Amino acid sequence: MLGLIGIVLVLSVLAFVAGSLRALTLARAGTGRMLHSRASYHGGFLAIMTAVPALFVLAFWAFGQPMVVEGQVDRLLPPEVQSASALERSVIMGQIKRVSQNLDALSDEEKEAIRSGEKPPVAVLLPKGIPVSGVLGAYTIDAAETYAKLTALAEFWRLAVVLGVAILCFFIGYTRLKPEFRARNHVERAILVFLIVCSTIAILTTVGIVLSMLSESIDFFSRIPPASFFFGTVWDPRFGGVTRAGAEGQFGLIPLLWGTLYISLIAMLVAVPIGLNAAIFLSEYASKRVRFFAKPLLELLAGIPTIVYGFFAIVTVGPVVQAFGAWLLPLFGLEAPTSASSVLTAGIVMGMMIIPFVSSLSDDIINAVPQSLRDGSYGLGATQSETIKRVILPAALPGIVGAILLAVSRAIGETMIVVMAAGVAATISPNPFESMTTITVKIVSQLTGDTEFTSPQTLVAFALGLTLFAVTLVLNVIALQIVRHYREQYE
Amino acid sequence: MSDSGTIQMSRPTGRVPEGAPVKIASRDVNLWYGEKQALFGIDLDVPDNHVTALIGPSGCGKSTFLRCLNRMNDTIDIARVAGDIRLDGEDIYAKAIDPVQLRARVGMVFQKPNPFPKSIYENVAYGPRIHGIATSKKQIDEIVVTSLQKASLWEEVKDRLDEPGTGLSGGQQQRLCIARAIAVSPEVILMDEPCSALDPIATDRIEQLILELKENYCIAIVTHSMSQAARVSQRTAFFHLGYLVEVGDTADIFTNPQDKRTQDYITGRFG
Amino acid sequence: MSGPSDSERIAISEIVARGIRRRRAAEARFKTYGAIAILIAIAFLLTLFATIFSNGISAFTQTHIRLELALDPALIDPDGTRDPEKLKSGNYRKIIETALFSRLNVDAKSPDARLARLMLSDFSHYELRDRVVGNPDLVGTTESVWLPAHSNIDQYIKGAIKKETPNERRLVKDQQIAWADELAAAGDLKRTFNRYLFTRGASSKPELAGLEVALIGSFWMMLIVLVFAVPIGVSAAVYLEEFAKKNSLNDIIEVNINNLAAVPSIVFGILGLAVFVNTIGLPRSTPVVGGLVLTLMTLPTIIIATRAALKAVPPSIREAALGVGASKMQSIFHHVLPLSAPAVLTGTIIGLAQALGETAPLLIVGLFAFVVQAPATPFDSSSALPVQIYLWATYQERGFVERTSAGIIVLLAFMIGMNLLAIILRSRFERRW
Ligand SMILES: Nc1ncnc2c1ncn2[C@@H]1O[C@H](COP(=O)(O)OP(=O)(O)OP(=O)(O)O)[C@@H](O)[C@H]1O
Ligand SMILES: [Mg+2]
Repeated sequence: MLGLIGIVLVLSVLAFVAGSLRALTLARAGTGRMLHSRASYHGGFLAIMTAVPALFVLAFWAFGQPMVVEGQVDRLLPPEVQSASALERSVIMGQIKRVSQNLDALSDEEKEAIRSGEKPPVAVLLPKGIPVSGVLGAYTIDAAETYAKLTALAEFWRLAVVLGVAILCFFIGYTRLKPEFRARNHVERAILVFLIVCSTIAILTTVGIVLSMLSESIDFFSRIPPASFFFGTVWDPRFGGVTRAGAEGQFGLIPLLWGTLYISLIAMLVAVPIGLNAAIFLSEYASKRVRFFAKPLLELLAGIPTIVYGFFAIVTVGPVVQAFGAWLLPLFGLEAPTSASSVLTAGIVMGMMIIPFVSSLSDDIINAVPQSLRDGSYGLGATQSETIKRVILPAALPGIVGAILLAVSRAIGETMIVVMAAGVAATISPNPFESMTTITVKIVSQLTGDTEFTSPQTLVAFALGLTLFAVTLVLNVIALQIVRHYREQYE
Repeated sequence: MSDSGTIQMSRPTGRVPEGAPVKIASRDVNLWYGEKQALFGIDLDVPDNHVTALIGPSGCGKSTFLRCLNRMNDTIDIARVAGDIRLDGEDIYAKAIDPVQLRARVGMVFQKPNPFPKSIYENVAYGPRIHGIATSKKQIDEIVVTSLQKASLWEEVKDRLDEPGTGLSGGQQQRLCIARAIAVSPEVILMDEPCSALDPIATDRIEQLILELKENYCIAIVTHSMSQAARVSQRTAFFHLGYLVEVGDTADIFTNPQDKRTQDYITGRFG
Repeated sequence: MSGPSDSERIAISEIVARGIRRRRAAEARFKTYGAIAILIAIAFLLTLFATIFSNGISAFTQTHIRLELALDPALIDPDGTRDPEKLKSGNYRKIIETALFSRLNVDAKSPDARLARLMLSDFSHYELRDRVVGNPDLVGTTESVWLPAHSNIDQYIKGAIKKETPNERRLVKDQQIAWADELAAAGDLKRTFNRYLFTRGASSKPELAGLEVALIGSFWMMLIVLVFAVPIGVSAAVYLEEFAKKNSLNDIIEVNINNLAAVPSIVFGILGLAVFVNTIGLPRSTPVVGGLVLTLMTLPTIIIATRAALKAVPPSIREAALGVGASKMQSIFHHVLPLSAPAVLTGTIIGLAQALGETAPLLIVGLFAFVVQAPATPFDSSSALPVQIYLWATYQERGFVERTSAGIIVLLAFMIGMNLLAIILRSRFERRW
């Protein structure tokens, strides 16, 4: 595949050279007639002609080939497999594909043993390091051989067709090269199309995010009713029982949501007062020198990777919080915290991480408040703090709210700090010294476990991801809209 | 400046005639923005219960001087003032004077109407609230009403005191700003081109207002409009390149200017 | 209409005067809050750096022990061929043990022999093997060789394991301490630069664990981000800023890009898993998948930075180019874009620095594999710098805590270096129109 792309690109470079040379010859031969476009545009035109259609064909082929091959192989499978669920069939097909790529590793006797049903495929294949499970039957070898044969055939044709298209289009383009040919217009149109395609990637990403999570989430909800996910209060996914009925565990979102929101709340309680006061101090009181040093230091907080915060949380903040809890809680007749990971640890550290988001956005927003309002207030004899509290902050309020919403969205989506410092127990408790867990933590643990991809234990991660995406999307869009309106108001 | 000697020789004293009540007396006021000097030895008296107009070409330091009178220049980091300015004989740049206190006595209205993004009521109530002049709702209500009445805005807004001040027309906004300034009962009102953003009708209303207010306040107004200066002021001071060139009764300045530069400016030859 | 009377004014100014002290106090308090906020944030930052450095700086050195090794041909080259392939299977462990026991005066059968073996790293014989294979002439000679000490000995030398701890609760026993002290006094034990940190991959033994695989993996990913995100991002920005008309589609694209910049990174990981791994079938745990995910994440940053840069180029430049007969496309690619290149570059570097530290999406696409061999291509299993740090952080051993911090120091060094570069570029090329 990559090799083929490489070949096409090399051909395209050759086409560029050929086109440029051709244009120069045309210019020299055609007495008096000037080239409409510079020679390099002719080369560019030819290069595009050679590469683009061929790459398109290749892309479609890459998409269609597995479908066709798997359709053919599917027919070979015995009826009991045919009637299995789509999910099971896709698991089986995936394993057949794996076997087909490793057929060389099997001796003829071993193949025969499987074919005759003498040995189950998994017993032969697994020791050879081919990861398959017990669902495969005696049909495996035939199916895999067909798979391999069809794939090889398809790949041969792919090579032929792609190169054929490249060469054909090259010649079509070549015959069009004339001195008066408007190569530049064609090339520029192609570039424009490329630019448009690039700018739609942002949309495609969003669509991709939604689709990729939607289909798996639908799959998940076909087994776990949405109500028991969204309103369930128990999180207990029970790893291990893959497809056995009744062993699916409970997937209640509420405890995760509770942990997420609790930690975000603490983070905001830390970040908003500190960030806002810092922003006010920097933009209204600090001398140039203080600003010069303090502002980059604050911004550095935003540049530090969250993994660093996570580590800091477990080695430094966690033990302090735990010691504090051990002193505080018994005063209220509660038990001392048992672990350093807690809502408070994660919340405090996350709050620190978020300070610069609050402060730098607020700084911008406070600076956008027009000087005339400050003058008006000072002119009436207000002190600086009165001006800030009673005029500037109210005027900047919408913008600051937007900034805080963006920060909340970041807190909700933050992963590494909570993975390292919040804990894994899905509990609902008001005690901030207790360790709780969040949506993001569970996404990580469900997707990095060893379960099958198609088990609800894994699929739930997609439902969680979709929930997370939806929540942050709403927050972001509202926040961005508020900030935008605010900016326009003072422009 | 090389010719500063000649100019300083002809420096007017700016003293009001013997016996007139002097509200603000400034002596040898110099001001620098960083390295750049913007005011050169200004001597000017502002009489009480009069309107004093400051005129002059753009950039000559009118606003700068006006802002010296309530220490608004304190809010500009790079501005540095030297000289002596007295309000009722009290040095306003003395250590003991808090600019906050001073500004309660010397109010200011700006070129562009700048109501706060709050309700009309809150705009007017702002000053009394921060200074603690009125504490009960009733007292504040009373101040708001009388201030709006004095700014002759009451009739237009009495039914919508809760609406944002920024929703008013330009002229109304400027009168709101005047009401806001009046609400703390200042002794002096400084106005920096209060009508430059307004249409003629709105301008006319403000001018009427200024003439009414003069009975009870000392007013200094910066204006670019000769006719406005002639209409509203009793005294006029002409500034040029940071110097006070000439000052006198408005009628004298406009009919019989002593300085060539004043003459040129008034007849519209430059500026 | 009459204004306030003189007596009213006096009353008011007295009220104002009375309030001044209180208001000035409130002012001072308010200002102090601001200063405290800044100080808290900076104190936190400094604590963070201090913690990381005090924990991690020691990982850049490693304790080594010198032994006189008799490279007995009978043990490593019985056939006497000096063939490097054959030399690879020699019994280097035995050579080292013999030398160690004789240096420490331990009988091979005594109970102390086990403790003596634990003085040296488990892989010190590989070190020796590579040396001999690289220079077969050494066979038969006696070489003085510095070998890596065991992690626990290393930690004792670095002071993390204390002599004062009772013997039973100490990972390094009294006997070992005596040996270590004796070796150090004789000049046969010292701390040197820890090159394993950069030349080795994953390992379950802290003294053997290094960042090589992670660094190479991260390098591949940064390369992929650079190759894809920059052209795509710049192209998208050029279209949106220069060609796109104001219509609802472009509005949607706009909102989209701003939103994407704020989507949680883990969601990009899920996207990568579903699209690049499950649908397209790229191999999991490889830099190519990680790189593509990071590309998508970095795109909004680059697009936003490029658009800002394009916006800053005054229209006069465009008009001048159009005036001399260039097409719109030419005026943009030949004039406008080159002028905004420094700003685009700055945005790109900042985006790359962000991508370098991103962990969660890489975990999701499986870049946490235990990889010993450096990935030769982006299609080989690999780790990534921040993920390696995460993995080390989950181990309890003191040697790994130290290495986690060292990994963070390396990561931060890269990030701060990149950000400094961006700042320098910005100030050098900053153009005021
Ligand atoms: N904040 C400031 N910083 C630096 N220089 C200033 C500042 N404000 C004014 N200046 C300079 O001081 C000089 C006087 O300015 P000022 O605003 O007082 O003029 P003006 O007479 O009010 O002009 P205009 O009629 O245009 O309002 C000008 O040269 C101006 O550039
Ligand atoms: Mg002015």
